[in-house]
Amino acid sequence: MTATMSQPVTIAGNAKRTKDGSGRKFKRFSLYGFLTFAALFWFAPIAYSFYTSLRPYTETAKRGYFSIGGTYNFHNYTTAWKNANFPKFYKNSFIITIPSVFFALLLASMVAFVLSRYSYRFNLILLMLFTAGNLLPQQVLVTPLFRIYKAIPLPSFMSDSGTMFNSYFGVIAIHVAFQSGFCTFVLSNFMKALPIELNEAARVDGASVFRQYWQVILPLCRPALAALATLEFTWIFNDFLWALVLMQSDDRRPITSALANLRGVFFTDNNLIAAGSMLAAIPTLAVYIALQKQFIGGLTLGANKG
Amino acid sequence: MSSVDASSTDVSSSASPRTPTPARGRSPIRLVAGDRITILLMAGIPTLILLGLVWFPALSSIALSFTRWDGIGGLKTAKWVGFTNYRQIFTIYPPFWPAVRHNIVWLIFLLFIATTFGLFLAVLLDKNVRFSRIYQSAFYMPVILSSAVIGFIWGNLIYSPGQGLLNSVLGRTAEGHQIDWIGDPHKNIYAVLIAVLWRHAGYIMVLYLAGLKGVDPSLREAASIDGANEWKTFWRVVFPAMKPVNIVVLVVTVIESLRAFDLVYIINKGRNGLELLSVLVTDNIIGEASRIGYGSALGVLLLLISMIFIIVYLVNVFREQQP
Repeated sequence: MTATMSQPVTIAGNAKRTKDGSGRKFKRFSLYGFLTFAALFWFAPIAYSFYTSLRPYTETAKRGYFSIGGTYNFHNYTTAWKNANFPKFYKNSFIITIPSVFFALLLASMVAFVLSRYSYRFNLILLMLFTAGNLLPQQVLVTPLFRIYKAIPLPSFMSDSGTMFNSYFGVIAIHVAFQSGFCTFVLSNFMKALPIELNEAARVDGASVFRQYWQVILPLCRPALAALATLEFTWIFNDFLWALVLMQSDDRRPITSALANLRGVFFTDNNLIAAGSMLAAIPTLAVYIALQKQFIGGLTLGANKG
Repeated sequence: MSSVDASSTDVSSSASPRTPTPARGRSPIRLVAGDRITILLMAGIPTLILLGLVWFPALSSIALSFTRWDGIGGLKTAKWVGFTNYRQIFTIYPPFWPAVRHNIVWLIFLLFIATTFGLFLAVLLDKNVRFSRIYQSAFYMPVILSSAVIGFIWGNLIYSPGQGLLNSVLGRTAEGHQIDWIGDPHKNIYAVLIAVLWRHAGYIMVLYLAGLKGVDPSLREAASIDGANEWKTFWRVVFPAMKPVNIVVLVVTVIESLRAFDLVYIINKGRNGLELLSVLVTDNIIGEASRIGYGSALGVLLLLISMIFIIVYLVNVFREQQP
């Protein structure tokens, strides 16, 4: 660096000159131009789907899909809603997603509490097992899991097939197990940043370990829990593979796995497919729009510490 | 809270003879039996669930991959066949090599195009852009859509030969002039990868935006005083400073390309030019002829490749956390 001292000075001088003049303005202009263009391009597929979903099939058949004009209504939505049995699949999705998110967070926060508050020799190994578990490709587990599920009996009120296979319980269980890895990793990092004195104080106050967890630490984790809940909701709601492999009957599948088979129903009508896609996307879109901040927070929580 | 505060002062006065506890509580805290049981349950139950439903199946894949088993009879009907499954997969299983090739194309595309584009977006949005939030929202909207929806939007609404947007824009919707984006095995993987880019870039952008905010601004100032231009500053100073995020992104990208499944399965069940290793695994268990040994052997191959990257990730993450 010292040998070429003179050169950097001139370069810096040049940079300064262009910064002041129209070069800088042009740069800002092209920055906004590019971003706007890219953002519109990114938004276009969703906007187009929504647009197409409002048009009757006969209109688009006559005018083509890349056109405007004609009638616009919500008729495709009512048709898709009825023909594709949306109410049932929405219900299935929620039956699976809500308990999965709840239990994944509950179990993960318990492990994270132990790992972040107490120093045992197995801590690191355990944290690694959880973190790595979530990174495994699901297909690695799927073959044995399929057999294990068929072999584990469940009482008939939990599963009418009599086994974990083809039951809500089975799909919820694998979501909880699989997602608890990521949640444990994030929550243990979050909890490590909380002062250990909190526990000491609570302990001296006579609080049991469980109360220290439930009444002292967990309330302080609210931001991390909110972020994780948002993220996990979309991940689990959007899951496709587990329900596809671990459930046999379409009846019980969530909306994502069921949709794939409904394709045949709408096969020749892209307008109906557009309406169906929009309907299937609404719950996650709603969560995202309402809780955008948590969502982004969740995505970066795991990465920041990494 | 006030009661907690009061008692914490109590601790310091009454417990002064004891050696002070280091920040992370390295010295063992004396626990009553009840608390020990609580801790055991709190860590033990989730661990058992994880071991039983994630690690046990993952490791059983290895054992099953050395057997031939139709999965119908009990485990006793499984026959030990050594490396036969692997040998057959490598030599006479037709979709295997195409699937490997597609997975590699997928990975290269994600790493060099989708991830790079996500990084590029993050760098642009990090320049004090006004309305940054609106741009961000547009870019990661696809991240929250399910693969089923993405498969419909791209596979049908955009790429359909007769009714798709793309052919409509190109004026190629008439019979005989159509471009079959999904049906043509030479084109379809690239068509699908565009949809994958659409989803992946936003995710990477969010990770890098956080990474860029964490870079010490004085590093950049120092580089610009040294006369480095923006391009040089970024690649020599800013990018290396984001090493932790880079590793997360690398691992996310590799794992995503090994996991790739949903989209191709929804678009055409992963056939005719869209074969992927993950699809072959699924085909071997829920297909008409379930071949557990085959499916497991394919799963083990995925396991081996992913373990390399998982270990890289773990080493990096935990080396930083354990001083």
